[in-house]
Amino acid sequence: MEKLMSWIDDRFPLTQVWEEHMAQYYAPKNFNFWYFFGSLAILMLVMQIITGIFLTMHYKPDAELAFASVEYIMRDVPWGWLMRYLHAVGASMFFIVVYLHMFRAMIYGSYRGPRELIWIFGMVIFIALMAESFMGYLLPWGNMSFWGAQVIISLFGAIPYVGDGLVEWLRGDYVISDATLNRFFAFHVAAVPLVLVILVFLHIVALHKVGSNNPDGIEIKKNKDENGIPLDGIPFHPYYTVKDIVGVIVFLMVFSAIIFFAPELGGWFLEADNFTPADPVSTPSHIVPLWYFTPYYSILRAVTWEWLPGGAKLWGVIAMFASLIVLFFLPWLDRSPVKSIRYRGGIFKAALAIFVAAFLLLGWLGTQPAEGINLLLAQIGMFLYFAFFLLMPIYTSLDSTKPVPERLT
Amino acid sequence: MSDQNVDKGRRRMLTLATSAVGAVGVGFAVTPFILSMTPSARAKAAGAPVEVDFSKLDEGVLLTVEWQGKPVWIVKRSDAMMEKLGTISDLLSDPQSEVEAQQPAYAKNTSRAQEKYPNISVMVGLCTHLGCVPLEKFAVGPASDMGGDWPGGYFCPCHGSKFDMAGRVYKSVPAPTNLVIPPFRFLSETQIVVGENPEEAKV
Repeated sequence: MEKLMSWIDDRFPLTQVWEEHMAQYYAPKNFNFWYFFGSLAILMLVMQIITGIFLTMHYKPDAELAFASVEYIMRDVPWGWLMRYLHAVGASMFFIVVYLHMFRAMIYGSYRGPRELIWIFGMVIFIALMAESFMGYLLPWGNMSFWGAQVIISLFGAIPYVGDGLVEWLRGDYVISDATLNRFFAFHVAAVPLVLVILVFLHIVALHKVGSNNPDGIEIKKNKDENGIPLDGIPFHPYYTVKDIVGVIVFLMVFSAIIFFAPELGGWFLEADNFTPADPVSTPSHIVPLWYFTPYYSILRAVTWEWLPGGAKLWGVIAMFASLIVLFFLPWLDRSPVKSIRYRGGIFKAALAIFVAAFLLLGWLGTQPAEGINLLLAQIGMFLYFAFFLLMPIYTSLDSTKPVPERLT
Repeated sequence: MSDQNVDKGRRRMLTLATSAVGAVGVGFAVTPFILSMTPSARAKAAGAPVEVDFSKLDEGVLLTVEWQGKPVWIVKRSDAMMEKLGTISDLLSDPQSEVEAQQPAYAKNTSRAQEKYPNISVMVGLCTHLGCVPLEKFAVGPASDMGGDWPGGYFCPCHGSKFDMAGRVYKSVPAPTNLVIPPFRFLSETQIVVGENPEEAKV
């Protein structure tokens, strides 16, 4: 065995990579509950890739055949229902994990220097993931798939001058059609997953270059022993591999409960309208994106001020994209001298609480008709969402802070 | 080889020139890939004109046909519906159909129809907001669920846009423009071709 390892190590840095990234990669010793979601996100990526491959074996990316082939997977393919539910429910679980992972970064300031690039890679992953799930949602060719895609692709039509041409180019036809389904399939199973895997690799390379942040928001690399090992660090393997396995087990228990007992989760994970085949001449009476898009969908619909130059439609689209782009600037918007919420003052805590409330409110409103009081609430939610980011340089520099300890607590 | 007499400026110039030519090459190489995603010849052919016979269509009933994969509505409007069109201009955002792209020139009038057959409305049934299919709300008043003073028209369930019986958009709704009127020509009183202009008629 040793001979084999040295044969390999002479040709490929296997031992070196293992030590640098696992056995001698020192992570802060105080990771808590919130630190489960990074490894769970990787678990979900692997889950989606594997179940996706097996679904591809039976799925037909053809407007005439797609809907029936999904029903065929559900009824006739041995264990096909399991692959399909794992994949469809997996998409929602992936987003739950990713949202919690991002929230962790926000409470402990993990996006702050020197981890700006980790955050930016992460944001690109988030957007790629949204594109991936949006395109995957068209594939069952249900009526909600069809009209959801119609609405979202039409968004690009709001761009002045090039909009109409761009929409035609994206669809490959004058309407959502077989051409659109086929290309979404290509992007969904090949292009975007490849990009995602590369981005996740870069995310982790950047993370391992600077080391993990922790709930105290202090750098463990500042206090090293005589061997250059951080005093507050423990090797990732076996300490965190074992801890993460516990997280995986609990997560899979929840995941399995949903898969086996409530795979549609009352319409939140699989919508009733999508059990009807796509019908290009009839829109479902109530178009709702899946829950993980609803906060942004709310923002899109909240802009109804016709007096804006270029019209409300264009500005709704701009507001929706801006609500994602503003997240990229988070590392530079935060001016607080401390990273972790543990040592921040009341203003930041209040701002974060309001932001979370606004985000959840927008998410709920996105599932409701945008009329009357709902519209007003969505506009308030949008205002609070943007205020959290745009006023951050002001309130984080005004906020009081507690003294940060030298070592992990 | 010695590095001592290297002309760095010349080397940089050559590198830049080579990169520039290379970039142009990449541009050319990428073009076919980009263009392969535009509508194919088959998709373009599917946009061929559609002939519709609506002799059996009753007044005030919506007929949906497919043209270029889009729903196209044909409605024979009643005289009562026609009378309302002139009276609701205040509620509409573009009552005179000033936005040229939304209809052929021969449908730029109050009823958004051809002069000879003003009662026949032909429209692409896709909301100009984000492309949903609006619902027919032809009933007048409370029977429509649209409020007591609703004069009859269309309502988009996605984001609440409202249109009148001529597809003209209401003020302060998400849809920015009137519904699209496709080119269409009459073959007879009850037959039209969707997708062809009257001028193009080859007799």
